Amino acid sequence: MDHLLGIVGDGFVMLAADEKVAHSVVTMKDNQDKITVLDETKILAGGGQFGDVCMFTELVQRNLQLYNLRNGYPMGVKAAAGYTRTEIAKLLRKNPHMVNMLLGGVDKHGPALFWIDYLGNMQKLDFGAHGYGGYFALSCMDRYYRPGMNIDDAKSLMKRCIEGINQRFLIGGASFKVKVVDAQGIREVDLSDVQVAPEAAGNAMEQ
Amino acid sequence: MSIMEYNGSAVVAMSGKNCVGISSDRRFGVQAQTLSTDSQKIFQMNDKILIGLTGLNTDVLSFSDQLRMRTKMYKLQHDRDISPQAFGKLVSTLLYERRFGPYFVEPVVAGLTNENQPFLTGTDLIGAPVFTDDFVVAGTATEQLFGTCESLYKPEMEPEELFEVMSQCLLSAVDRDCVTGWGGTIHIITPDKTISRTLRGRMD
Repeated sequence: MDHLLGIVGDGFVMLAADEKVAHSVVTMKDNQDKITVLDETKILAGGGQFGDVCMFTELVQRNLQLYNLRNGYPMGVKAAAGYTRTEIAKLLRKNPHMVNMLLGGVDKHGPALFWIDYLGNMQKLDFGAHGYGGYFALSCMDRYYRPGMNIDDAKSLMKRCIEGINQRFLIGGASFKVKVVDAQGIREVDLSDVQVAPEAAGNAMEQ
Repeated sequence: MSIMEYNGSAVVAMSGKNCVGISSDRRFGVQAQTLSTDSQKIFQMNDKILIGLTGLNTDVLSFSDQLRMRTKMYKLQHDRDISPQAFGKLVSTLLYERRFGPYFVEPVVAGLTNENQPFLTGTDLIGAPVFTDDFVVAGTATEQLFGTCESLYKPEMEPEELFEVMSQCLLSAVDRDCVTGWGGTIHIITPDKTISRTLRGRMD
């Protein structure tokens, strides 16, 4: 039931994750932070089986720290994503972990977003989503995403996607935690005062 | 829902005159939902060998990594590049090692031998090989690909003509399969270089 969304912009990656933790039909918590900070340059949004998510994201976080300590420099984003994918793939036939992830980070190659699912499928994407939220958000992103968006446009797009999910998904009222990683570091952003521009009048296919 | 159709992919390899081509579609999706339109399914092992992997994306990535490692080890141990025939056998052996818990991939190998002759092989998910001299297909659109390839193929095509034929075969076939398509990638290996191009097709 987790909604995970990610957008790559001009020198930054923005991840959004819903905040609900549910157990059967009960909402256990509605302000859970599902976006783990892996190190100063990478964040990981994880959804799925909550126990597996906690164990696996901590495993990745600690092993990335170990790499940094051993080598004196942090892993690049693509390497960290490849490492995460390999760990999930190794577990798949022994002790499968039901964890879907969006890993976003900025390194010397620029910003990058990696989509990784519980089987170990991985793709590098400009924008992506996991969960039912994706059914509503991805088409919205297809329409409004442009490569190299600035932070305000990305906030506006994210807000548009979140409003879309909350309007049409069966279980409504999801609140989202949004984090941005760029060359300066990682910060949380608040979308409550972001204005979403109304649908542009005229030909919907104009580009 | 079959595990081999979870992500959807199509790969075709075809032989020409002193050249060989391999092409794939570019869609990555989870069942009906498309997530990426530039997914890589063809991996270069060395100057003269390319392998296209269809099937479950996680095993495509794991298996291609394994093959790349084994190819590099071979080069270090033998001080020469692995031949396409030996590489084909390596693929079969590695897949059969997992006979009762297989990698869900169906590879297609396209290579140029030392005598600059095309070499093609494809295997199923447990390594059973087939050696042909015209074309090999794999993925979720095999029936469609067999149809287009069988009608359009001619022996001894030059690289440019091979490129045209393979493009048409791939694009027409993937248009009839909902989990493949969204463009194509094609590589032609010739004795001097490998030409790579992206195909524009129906983006649906």
